[in-house]
Amino acid sequence: MERIYLDHAATSPMHPLVIEKMMDVMQQNFGNPSSIHSFGREARHILDEAREVIASSINATRNEIIFTSGGTEADNTALIGIANAYQDRGKHIITTQVEHHAILHTAEFLEKSGFEVTYLPVNEQGVISLEDLKDALREDTILVSIIFGNNETGAIQPIREISSILLGHQSFFHTDAVQAYGLVNLDVKELGIDLLSVSAHKINGPKGIGFLYIKEGIKHQPHLHGGEQERKRRAGTESVPAIAGFAEAVKIAQGSMGEKAELFRGFKRLLLALFEAGNINFEVNGLPDSSLPHVINISFPGTNVEAMLVNMDLAGVSVSSGSACTAGSIDPSHVLVAMFGKGSERTKNSIRFSFGLNNTEQEIRQAGEETVKIINRLVK
Amino acid sequence: MNKAPKDTRVVVGMSGGVDSSVAALILKNQGYDVVGIFMKNWDDTDEFGVCTATEDYNDVIAVCNQIGIPYYAVNFEKQYWDKVFTYFLEEYKAGRTPNPDVMCNKEIKFKAFLEHAVSLGADYLATGHYAQVEQRAGEYKMLRGIDGNKDQTYFLNQLSQNQLEKVMFPLGGMDKKQVREIAREAGLATAAKKDSTGICFIGERNFKEFLSNYLPAQPGNMETLDGELMGKHDGLMYYTIGQRHGLGIGGSGDPWFVVGKDLKKNILYVGQSFENEKLYSTSINAVNVSWVSGHAPGAEFTCTAKFRYRQADNGVTVRVKEDGTAEVIFDEPIRAVTPGQSVVFYDGEVCLGGGTIDQVFKSGEKLTYVG
Repeated sequence: MERIYLDHAATSPMHPLVIEKMMDVMQQNFGNPSSIHSFGREARHILDEAREVIASSINATRNEIIFTSGGTEADNTALIGIANAYQDRGKHIITTQVEHHAILHTAEFLEKSGFEVTYLPVNEQGVISLEDLKDALREDTILVSIIFGNNETGAIQPIREISSILLGHQSFFHTDAVQAYGLVNLDVKELGIDLLSVSAHKINGPKGIGFLYIKEGIKHQPHLHGGEQERKRRAGTESVPAIAGFAEAVKIAQGSMGEKAELFRGFKRLLLALFEAGNINFEVNGLPDSSLPHVINISFPGTNVEAMLVNMDLAGVSVSSGSACTAGSIDPSHVLVAMFGKGSERTKNSIRFSFGLNNTEQEIRQAGEETVKIINRLVK
Repeated sequence: MNKAPKDTRVVVGMSGGVDSSVAALILKNQGYDVVGIFMKNWDDTDEFGVCTATEDYNDVIAVCNQIGIPYYAVNFEKQYWDKVFTYFLEEYKAGRTPNPDVMCNKEIKFKAFLEHAVSLGADYLATGHYAQVEQRAGEYKMLRGIDGNKDQTYFLNQLSQNQLEKVMFPLGGMDKKQVREIAREAGLATAAKKDSTGICFIGERNFKEFLSNYLPAQPGNMETLDGELMGKHDGLMYYTIGQRHGLGIGGSGDPWFVVGKDLKKNILYVGQSFENEKLYSTSINAVNVSWVSGHAPGAEFTCTAKFRYRQADNGVTVRVKEDGTAEVIFDEPIRAVTPGQSVVFYDGEVCLGGGTIDQVFKSGEKLTYVG
C-alpha cells in the first residue's frame, strides 16, 4: 500500500541535502567545538556558520541564538528562565489557552512555584482579542507568551499588534514559532519579538535540535549547568551534526518559503473541493486562507475522531487529531475546546491535515477521496 | 465469508497480556490482516500520573511491533461506567455478588468494541479467551476451551449468534502452557507477564478499600440463623455466600462461613463448618436468560450447569418460562449458590447459554437469608 503522509505538523521528513550535510559533518568533523586544537576549531567553525545562518533567518544576531534540544526545551527555557530572572519585577505571566503543551504545562509548573498566569481565551477562529490582552496586562506582568501559528489549526495570532501593546511595558514578549517558522516571514526586529522558539524537525531538519532567540540584553536563568557553551546560557557539548543539518534545513526553507506557501494553500483548496464534490458534511476549524499555509483542521459531523484516525491509517493516509491520545484516552483537543467550548461536537470529530516536503497534488487527491469514502462508510 | 486470510481483516482485542498477544501472533501467522486494538475501560491514574492502562498499552505496542501489525487504542470508559460499573454497584447495594466480567463481555467487548471493529472494516473480532466457536449445520456453537482449567465460556454465556458469527477465539484449542510456550518461542515482550487476577478495574488492590470508595459501608451484627450474636461485620457488601476468610470468629471447632444476609436488618448470617446444611440449595430462579442459539433447547430439558467460574458441572433440569426467566432444579444439592453470579448451561462441550442467579430455593422453599 502506498502511504500518504499528511502529518508534517507532527514531524517532517529530513531533506536529502540536510542528511548529506549531516553525514559530511559526522564523517569529517567530530571535534568538540570547545577544544582548542584544530579538530575543535573545525567544529567551532561549523557551529558559528550555522548560528549565523539561523540568526539571520529571523533578522537576529549570533549572540541572540541559544541552541536547545528542540522546541520544548526552548519554550521551557523562555518561560522558566525569564520568570526566575525577573521575578523581582513581578510574578504575573500572560499566555493563551491555545498554546502547545510545552508552554501550557510549563506555565502550570510556574503557577505551582508561585507565579500567577492568565490564559487568554480565543474566538471561534482561534485568535485572541487584543482587548483581552490589554485588560490582562498588569504592572507586575513580566512575560507575555503567545503562540505564533497554532500547531492544530494553523491560526496565526496578531503578533505585531501584540508587541505594539507591550511597547513601553516592562513585560517581555515570547512567541512559540515552532509551527510557523519556515513558512511565514519572521523578522524579530520588525515584529517586536523578545524571545522566540523554533524546532528543526518541523522544517525537514533533524530531531533533537532547536533554538531559542533571546534579544540582546535580556537575562535568563540557565537550567543546565556545566561547561561554558552557548555563552554559559546552556551547558552541554553542542550537537554539531544536528546543528549543521538544522542550518541546512533553514537555508532550504528560507529559499522556498513563498513557493511552498502557494503550493500548500492550493492543497487546502483541493482538499476542500474534493469534500464538496464528495457531498460530505464538513466544516473548517478556523480560517483556511489566513492561517498557516500547511495546516488545516476540519470537523466532520457525525464521525468520531478515534474511528476516523484508525480508518485513515488503515487506508494508508497518515493524519492526526490535535489531541494527544495515550492508552486510549483521547482528551478533547484543548485548542478546539478553547475555540468552540467543552461540549462542542467539533472537539470530538476533527482532523488535522498538514502538508510538507514531497507531497503531491496526486497524493492530496487520493487522500481526499479516501477520506470521503471512509466518511460515507462511517456516517450512514 | 469465503475471503482469503490476507483479505480478511481481524481486529484483536489486546489487553497487554500474554493470551491476547499470542492470539494476535497466531492470526498473523495464519496470514490474516490483523489489527491490534487496546481497549481502555477504566482510569486508575494515580497522583504521579501512573496508570496501569498506560503500562499495559506499552506492552501492546511492544508486542504488535514484534508481530508486525498496526495497533490503536479505543476508549470505552464512559460505556463501561454506564453499563458495567453502575450495574456492579447496584448489585452490591442489593446485597448480591455480581459478575462484572460477564457484563463487560456482553455490553463492551462483544458489543461496543465489536461495533468499533466493524467500523474499521473488520470481518472478525478476535480475543484471547479460552473458548471455541464452531459452525455446525448453519449454526454457531460456542464450545468450552480445551484447557478445562482455563475455559472461559462461563464469562461468555450471554453471547449470541450475531456476535459469534464475527468472533474468533484462536486460543480455544490450546492450553495455557502451550500459549506461554508460543509466546516464549516468539520472544514476545509479554511472554513472562503475570496473568491478571481479580476484577479488571480493581486489579491487585484491596477489594474492601476499593468498594468503600463508591458505596458507604454499614457495619452491623454477625449472627447465626438462630440469632446468636457472633461478632460484627464491616458492611454486608464485603461478604459473599460461602466465604470463610475475614469473619474473625475464633474459638474451637469447625471454621465459620457466611451463609446469608439480611439487608433490611443489616445482619450477616454465619454458620459453622464447610458442609453446613444452610449453605446448600436445590433449585434457583434465573433471570436475563440468554441462549447462544437464540432459543432454548426446549421448554424443559436436562443439561449440566455451573453456578460459579471453575465449578465442576452439576446435573440440572431447566424449565424455561415465557418471561425470559428459568427455573433450574439441581440433581443434587449444591453448596453456596449465590445471587448475582451467573448460571451457565452446557450440553457436553457446548455452552448453551446462561442467566443471572436471582432467587435460591431449598426443597421449594425460598432461602430468604440468601437474598
